[in-house]
Amino acid sequence: MDQQHEQARVDGHARTPVATIADEHRRNGARLDSDLARQAAAGRTVRDDAAVVFDLDDVTVSYAGFPAIRNVSMQVRERMITALIGPSGCGKTTLLRTLNRMNDLIPSASVEGTVRYKGADLYARHVDPVEVRRRIGMVFQKANPFPKSIRDNILFGPKATGMTFDADDLVEKSLRGAALWDEVKDKLDSSALGLSGGQQQRLCIARAIAVEPDTILMDEPCSALDPIATGAIENLMRELREHYTIIIVTHNMQQAARASDMTAFVTTEVSHDEDGRDRRSGRLIEYDRTEVIFGDPRDTRTEDYVSGRFG
Amino acid sequence: MTSDVRGAGGPAVDLRAGSRRLGEKLVLTLLWVCAAASILTTVGIVVILFSEAAGFFREEAVSLRGFLTGTTWQPFGGAQGKFGVLPLVAGTLLVTVIALLVAVPLGLTSAAYLSEYASPRTRRILKPVLEVLAGVPTVVLGYFALTFMTPLLRATVGQLTTISVFNAASAGIVMGIMIVPTVASLSEDAMSAVPQALREGAYGLGATKRHVVHSVVMPAALSGIVAAIILALGRAIGETMIVALAAGNLPNLTYNPFEQIQTMTAYIVQAVQGEAPRGSLTYESIFAVGALLFVITLLINIAAARFVRRFREVYS
Ligand SMILES: Nc1ncnc2c1ncn2[C@@H]1O[C@H](COP(=O)(O)OP(=O)(O)OP(=O)(O)O)[C@@H](O)[C@H]1O
Ligand SMILES: [Mg+2]
Repeated sequence: MDQQHEQARVDGHARTPVATIADEHRRNGARLDSDLARQAAAGRTVRDDAAVVFDLDDVTVSYAGFPAIRNVSMQVRERMITALIGPSGCGKTTLLRTLNRMNDLIPSASVEGTVRYKGADLYARHVDPVEVRRRIGMVFQKANPFPKSIRDNILFGPKATGMTFDADDLVEKSLRGAALWDEVKDKLDSSALGLSGGQQQRLCIARAIAVEPDTILMDEPCSALDPIATGAIENLMRELREHYTIIIVTHNMQQAARASDMTAFVTTEVSHDEDGRDRRSGRLIEYDRTEVIFGDPRDTRTEDYVSGRFG
Repeated sequence: MTSDVRGAGGPAVDLRAGSRRLGEKLVLTLLWVCAAASILTTVGIVVILFSEAAGFFREEAVSLRGFLTGTTWQPFGGAQGKFGVLPLVAGTLLVTVIALLVAVPLGLTSAAYLSEYASPRTRRILKPVLEVLAGVPTVVLGYFALTFMTPLLRATVGQLTTISVFNAASAGIVMGIMIVPTVASLSEDAMSAVPQALREGAYGLGATKRHVVHSVVMPAALSGIVAAIILALGRAIGETMIVALAAGNLPNLTYNPFEQIQTMTAYIVQAVQGEAPRGSLTYESIFAVGALLFVITLLINIAAARFVRRFREVYS
């Protein structure tokens, strides 16, 4: 079993052929044939030369000393959409928040291992988390616009970070970037809380791109949205991909298959400590091109999960 | 309570309230009586206050207009007395403003520290300490103002200007210290109630802690903060012991905080202690001043409610 976990590290896309149960399964010729697999395969091909943005090496994140997700090693590449999927509570949010030092805000959280962002160690002593978060934006699971006007929501980040900007231009550009401009251009000064849930979430995306980050982390941005709003945000992600690196946590298999280039599957593993108590923590099981994860996964757990057999 | 399933044609199910409802009704009545009693008491006080004050204004020597605009307060001269309340109002406002100048910055900074910066452990220890401070008897504070704050002021600012033994500044500063816990504790509650999601949204955009506190937390907590300040303001305006001990008893229309003054409350104490016979002008003036105090507090509350409605950020 343990060999299999060590396998989870994917260097680029070269895969080390090690006999696992999943490989066994594949040799039997049972390639997954599902809608998801077809959707995943229909995506654009992954550029193999893309630069590495995040380089995680043996990252373990703990709350009050208990690992929520452990020994994660993976590389996230530039200007691609990388999806994190896995069952509830497996540590997807935890992992995502580790990437822009959001976990610093939780006193009990601690990070081991190294997280490199474009070559720089994110957790080095001299690193300013504020600067990290300016470059690595975040959109949260639940839309959280400020109780201010739409305009002030957009301008909050640029003001906070001391950018020089032309307010009207920036507001329009950001809202257009988030496909929201046409809906709100006549009420920029009314409260953001008067928008619908989907509009609020797009406002949060607009707010995030207003500070011109390099990377955007999205934690289940569509979990509270209807299919139309979800579609709008997925289209938006595809446009944003031209300029930004996006990592998205999602519970929605369709979404991961449709929208992402790379997919990482994380699941909860139960081990026993000395006292025989259960210790649950997330493990990265498989990380590969989305079409592989949905069409030809190596690990049976991945296969069970993406084909809905997860129990 | 039968469990057999009735057909469509059977007798209708009994949906009337059972006897257990009786206890519920009893409790409800009890609660209603208690609520009514406290409301009636308040109404009673207000009615007495205003009817006695009306008696004052029916006297020939005074008029409502003269009372509200007069600048001389000499209430102990019988029919020759002068009842212009402005010196007392000015004294009250002077002390209150000084108190707020002390309490609002101190209270809000403490609140911001406790809610946003302090570790949970520090907060657990500091907040109760702060709340205990609110319970220091005001007579102790008045004595503290007279024997510590006044000498301190005279030793420092006293080099530049003359400071009388009884003065508004000393009483105001100590009164400010008195209401810091109220401002801090209630503002802290309001700030802590601001959803963490809003803070995270701001941090996620690269905001510094300072920016998050004053651009997200403070505005979102505004209505609670204003309520805290109003409550503290009410305590300051109504505060009697500190001013009676440290601010003096000279109805003096001045803006100089280092002079002796008299506040509305201090006058009421003075008049009640003197032997003003029931029905005399001096006696009735107590109610007039009391009624005015009540009206001023009410107006401040109304103004604050409007302010909050206009500027607060509703976050839910
Ligand atoms: N602030 C916290 N303090 C302590 N434990 C936490 C905290 N946040 C998360 N955890 C724990 O860490 C584990 C992983 O949580 P996390 O929120 O990362 O899961 P997730 O994969 O995002 O789940 P979901 O899909 O339901 O959002 C869970 O067991 C959770 O109880
Ligand atoms: Mg989550």
